[in-house]
Amino acid sequence: MKIMVTIKRVIDYAVKIRVKPDKTGVVTQNVKMSMNPFCEIALEEALRIKESGLASEVIAVSMGPSQSIDTLRTGLAMGADRGIHVEANDSLYPLSVAKILKKLVEIEKPGLLILGKQMIAGLLNWPQGTFASKVVLDKEKQVVTVDREVDDGIETLSLNLPAVITTDLRLNQPRYATLPNIMKAKSKPIKKYTPEELNVEIKSDLEIVEVTEPPKRKSGVIVSSVDELIDKLKNEANVI
Amino acid sequence: MLRRRITTARSIFSTIFRINSSNSHYAASYSTSFLFDDTQIQFKESVAQFAAENIAPHASKIDHTNYFPKEVNLWKSMGEFNLHGITAPEEYGGLGLGYLYHCIAMEEISRASGSVGLSYGAHSNLCINQLVRNGNHAQKQKYLPQLISGDHVGALAMSEPNSGSDVVSMKCKADRVDGGYVLNGNKMWCTNGPVAQTLVVYAKTDITAGSKGITAFIIEKGMPGFSTAQKLDKLGMRGSDTCELVFENCFVPEENVLGKEGKGVYVMMSGLDLERLVLAAGPVGIMQSCLDVVLPYVRQREQFGRPIGEFQFIQGKVADMYTSLQSSRSYVYSVARDCDNGKVDSKDCAGVILCAAERATQVALQAIQCLGGNGYVNEYPTGRLLRDAKLYEIGAGTSEIRRMIIGRDLFKEQ
Repeated sequence: MKIMVTIKRVIDYAVKIRVKPDKTGVVTQNVKMSMNPFCEIALEEALRIKESGLASEVIAVSMGPSQSIDTLRTGLAMGADRGIHVEANDSLYPLSVAKILKKLVEIEKPGLLILGKQMIAGLLNWPQGTFASKVVLDKEKQVVTVDREVDDGIETLSLNLPAVITTDLRLNQPRYATLPNIMKAKSKPIKKYTPEELNVEIKSDLEIVEVTEPPKRKSGVIVSSVDELIDKLKNEANVI
Repeated sequence: MLRRRITTARSIFSTIFRINSSNSHYAASYSTSFLFDDTQIQFKESVAQFAAENIAPHASKIDHTNYFPKEVNLWKSMGEFNLHGITAPEEYGGLGLGYLYHCIAMEEISRASGSVGLSYGAHSNLCINQLVRNGNHAQKQKYLPQLISGDHVGALAMSEPNSGSDVVSMKCKADRVDGGYVLNGNKMWCTNGPVAQTLVVYAKTDITAGSKGITAFIIEKGMPGFSTAQKLDKLGMRGSDTCELVFENCFVPEENVLGKEGKGVYVMMSGLDLERLVLAAGPVGIMQSCLDVVLPYVRQREQFGRPIGEFQFIQGKVADMYTSLQSSRSYVYSVARDCDNGKVDSKDCAGVILCAAERATQVALQAIQCLGGNGYVNEYPTGRLLRDAKLYEIGAGTSEIRRMIIGRDLFKEQ
């Protein structure tokens, strides 16, 4: 069984994000980029499943400009067997990513799709377990049991394969790419596609109106009486 | 497979912010891509992350207590990350790569902790690499695997209490006996001495023959007659254990001669060139660490209503620190590349560590100055960075000796 994992090149989690002065987006020039931490967790889970003998290969997929290949190389260095790069120089909105991914799934036919955070299951008509904090695969019964982190606690789902799983931070701790694996990754194949080759038309179905920083947290106010508290809750915060 | 250890409490937020300290680690990452290819950059970032998560959190305590951490075996963690045997052949567990990769590892480990970096350099280059370059197959097979895995720690001893810069005047004797040699004498300034299982030791098999009477030996901890004296209480590089070695009628078997009898000086001098190269990446890492601390500080700290980083004097200091770092770094990696291509020039090997070490001390002093009163307080790492940087002007041949080597060589050249 093959496992497909999508990995995305994003602004490094430790970088302080700044909004561009023209409010059209965030600053990405000369900013450190890395693999999305959720994608790392997804890839780690796929590798663990493969190492336990339940999958034959892990395919890493990345969509974006040519620099996405760096991210793919990191994925290969972590242990993915091969990579797929879908070249797209403009921003890809989630629905476009889903459409491209659907085509790749039709080509590769994986039994499991493990993603960081991405919608896809609806297009494939596959069952999905999101916010997975634990994944147990039963290959014989072709079923995967997923523990999900929900607001009320943990929900356990049983999904028939093929299925989609998206990750939660608690799922695992991703491994490092060690030097011998970085060396081995150099010879692993990366196949390139364009959206046109996959017969997917990239339409931007969303228009970004404005990007602003979240409002700065205002300092708290000490009230002098319960009446004042009620007044503020009612008239200022509008919660009662 | 190696798992990352979360160093703070296991909460969602610490999982997101895996690094214990503030985000200063990535606040100052510089474009080093003009020096490295993609694979080398990938390796550098990988080691940087490993060091930031596994070594940097211990740095302050290592300096404070003068010990490596007890709750985690750093030698083993670094071994599992394949850091020790970078220049060793694959058949003994090494990676069969060159000095460029070794310098990259040395820089990033030093950036996390100067003490760990120095001990790592002594173990992986002074001991392991000397065995790789001079050992026979039996010796390599016997000693390298455990040194490379991090189960054993390596060290090297050439200096003596009375023979530092004038190392060839060493008095430690090795008298020929049936089946081997008997060593008598003392060695000083041995990094990793207190904890090493395998040590490369130079002694005189012929006291009258000057440099031609030196032989290199492989010593094992536990050999009768070999002991280590008190751990030194040093100004900096605290935790990187240094001590005196004592040999009292220590029998060393024939098969532990490294290289040939009387040819020890070649082992030593050629080793010193590469030692200086790899160790030169140490002060480069310390300079990077200084910038990692200073930049976020000057962006945040405000006086006169503005971040002090807006004032020209501070910008001048930061610019000087940056150019010292980048120029030293370029020099070190260019020479590393030459050495990997078989062109080892003693002048440049001495030059890189002379240059990087002296710059690092100045950069560390400026780092303290940028932090002002806070720089003078041990809660901030700047004091440790200065104390650690200073060592590199002394160890592996003092700045004076390095100048002598370069100047003498230039004088002789036609």
